[in-house]
Amino acid sequence: MAAGNFEKYKSDGSLAGNALEWVDARFPATSMWKGHLSEYYAPKNFNFWYFFGSLALLVLVIQIVTGIFLVMHYKPDAALNANGVPIAFASVEYIMRDVSGGWLIRYMHSTGASAFFIVVYMHMFRGLLYGSYRKPRELTWLFGVGIFLCLMGEAFFGYLLPWGQMSYWGAQVIVNLFSAIPVIGGDLSLIIRGDFVVGDATLNRFFSFHVIAFPLVLIGLVAAHVLALHETGSNNPDGVEIKANKDENGIPRDGIPFHPYYTVKDIVGVVVFLMVFSAVMFWAPEGGGYFLETPNFYPADPLKTPPHIAPVWYFTPFYSILRAVTYPLFGLDAKFWGVVAMGASVVIFAFLPWLDRSPVKSIRYRGPIYKTLLTIFVICFFVLGYLGTLSPSPMGELVSQVCSVFYFGFFLAMPWWSRMDKFKPVPDRVTFK
Amino acid sequence: MRYKNLLDLGLTEQQVKENLMFTSDKIGELMRVAARSDEQKQWFGAAPPDLTIIARARGEAGNAGAGADWLYTYLRSFYRDANRPTGWNNTVFENVGMPHILYGLQGQQVMNHETHKLELAVPGSMAPAEFDKSVSDLVGFMVWMGEPQQEYRRTLGWFVLAFLAVLFVVAYALKKEYWKDIH
Amino acid sequence: MSNQGKMDCGRRRLVVATAAVGGAGAVAALVPFVSSLLPSERAKAAGAPVEVDISKLEPGQMMTVEWRGKPVWIINRTKEMMDTLPKLADAVADPKSEKNQQPAYAQNDTRSIKPEIMVVVGICTHLGCSPSQKFKAGTEEGMPDGWLGGFLCPCHGSTFDFAGRVYKSKPAPTNLEVPPHVYLADTRILIGEDKKGA
Repeated sequence: MAAGNFEKYKSDGSLAGNALEWVDARFPATSMWKGHLSEYYAPKNFNFWYFFGSLALLVLVIQIVTGIFLVMHYKPDAALNANGVPIAFASVEYIMRDVSGGWLIRYMHSTGASAFFIVVYMHMFRGLLYGSYRKPRELTWLFGVGIFLCLMGEAFFGYLLPWGQMSYWGAQVIVNLFSAIPVIGGDLSLIIRGDFVVGDATLNRFFSFHVIAFPLVLIGLVAAHVLALHETGSNNPDGVEIKANKDENGIPRDGIPFHPYYTVKDIVGVVVFLMVFSAVMFWAPEGGGYFLETPNFYPADPLKTPPHIAPVWYFTPFYSILRAVTYPLFGLDAKFWGVVAMGASVVIFAFLPWLDRSPVKSIRYRGPIYKTLLTIFVICFFVLGYLGTLSPSPMGELVSQVCSVFYFGFFLAMPWWSRMDKFKPVPDRVTFK
Repeated sequence: MRYKNLLDLGLTEQQVKENLMFTSDKIGELMRVAARSDEQKQWFGAAPPDLTIIARARGEAGNAGAGADWLYTYLRSFYRDANRPTGWNNTVFENVGMPHILYGLQGQQVMNHETHKLELAVPGSMAPAEFDKSVSDLVGFMVWMGEPQQEYRRTLGWFVLAFLAVLFVVAYALKKEYWKDIH
Repeated sequence: MSNQGKMDCGRRRLVVATAAVGGAGAVAALVPFVSSLLPSERAKAAGAPVEVDISKLEPGQMMTVEWRGKPVWIINRTKEMMDTLPKLADAVADPKSEKNQQPAYAQNDTRSIKPEIMVVVGICTHLGCSPSQKFKAGTEEGMPDGWLGGFLCPCHGSTFDFAGRVYKSKPAPTNLEVPPHVYLADTRILIGEDKKGA
């Protein structure tokens, strides 16, 4: 239900009432409140998977707030200080040791980065489970893919800032990927770096991207994502359109106001999430070496590559796909096709609304083909992710090639297999309890 | 790391000032190494790592103590090697750039190439058991230096979790109360 | 489906309880953020007391030391300089140093521990500029007739005498601040601490 067609607030004569009436006459306060919360009707059968949207919003807020405070103490400078340590690296240690509360804020931000991806991956998987990307929500899904791309950029730029060994060499490798693009590649990576190697210029522009450019775009996309969702209304685990069945007041029979019902429910989700988040942050902020990679405890050294470079865990599935491509094709070398495959493996999500041709949305009414293929897809995603954290090996290469082929096959063959399944009849109303 | 941090270990300001402050006269100042790391890079071929963060850097998934264990073994595993520019090599860190800084205490070990074991050739000022104990104290100190607030961090975690548990109970009751409406 | 207005008592109690507990948590979560805005350990170390040797400070000379990033003046006042102070009792705004701009041990006619040695923070109490020296009586360029010597703030024209007392009808509201300080020995001053600590 779109905002805008609600009656303006009428004061009850009290001071607060008059103030609200004054504001409401000039700003759509009441209609936004009603349209997006108190009279936004969401299906009543949301399950566990529907917590992750609001959690993603929470993590975004955590990242922005902690980020604002980190920028007050962080210095993007690759020059060496009086002790021969890069200033950027030293400023992170300064935050950890000298700024009071600084260690906590930094751990919130670093744990938040991984939490963001966990939450977003769960949120995307929910879309796969219940067909949330299907008509009429294609645009919501496209904004979501945009958010995911933006988030990857944000994470990549942010990871350079501590100026540790892994920051440095990770950035070096990824920026060099662009040089694989024929003709313009070499110049492109030069433009990104602003130097012939990753250096002070690179650090400063990545800082700028990380703290202002990408967050602005991200916030804009998140707003568009939510607005588009509220235009069409939410999907649900049954994939039933609740707007198809309205009562005499025009309210969906299976809908309940988002506020208070889903606000109180999401508060519970937020508390549980914060418990997990705090447990990691206070007791294992390194996330077992996955959230904060151990080579990053050494300052960046342009003359010495660490023995084993791996991206942070949330990039490893795509990184594995990059490494899996080892054949030249059409006169272009494997490096180029690896980059193409990696890019395609992310962007391909955008085409899901048009690849899926099944007559039903939710996995509940789909048959064994979808269930099997989705399971294998998830397994492949995990295997690719795990292999991406390891050093290259012949066995790993073979397995990642098999998984990559399946990964793309899942999407590209979807228009055919998604029609062939054995479907169950979809009910008119959602199932509740 | 500031000298002031040592007060957290139960030392008094007087003790720290009289015994430990080599590079500054102010207790709030940073402890500094005697040589700058870019100078050492020229001398040893590589900038020496801060051993206090090595303990963290060498940590492994599921084994937080791994870094400390590594450091302990590393400091005990130097041996004489005439082929190295510093005259020292290490069994856990092959072709190490760092010279053996504690040889006065440990003595000089040599590699027995038949058994592949280290043998004490020249005894140091400490007996082996005494030296091991000192190294383990030193490692414990360095692990603490790597992240002085880690003990506090873990304790704080319990309070936060306890608080969230209370909040969970209230929030869950609230959710139950509202959702009574929904049939 | 419920409507607003028919919220029952138990429900209201739970809303209040959740809001209270959640609100307390939100306030607690502010602690690290607010404390990160306070001076860090590095700033505190830079703000530590400073020890100064004044054995080479001749009468009539002034030296400046840095304490917490601010200039602290130490002036060895001559007999002539000291003599100006009582004459100005009517010209300055707070002749007896009644406003709390100095430690109790410097609340006297000379605003100092030892009469001739003046220790004062060289920051104008108006908007934080550092006043400049106008030590010569009468003849200083740009100073009013009958000037007895002291300081002039270049920003907004406040004038101070040799005890850091502000003249009447000037923008600066109070006398210059005397920092806590203590004599460790006859010619050694510790600025920033009252008593000899560790």
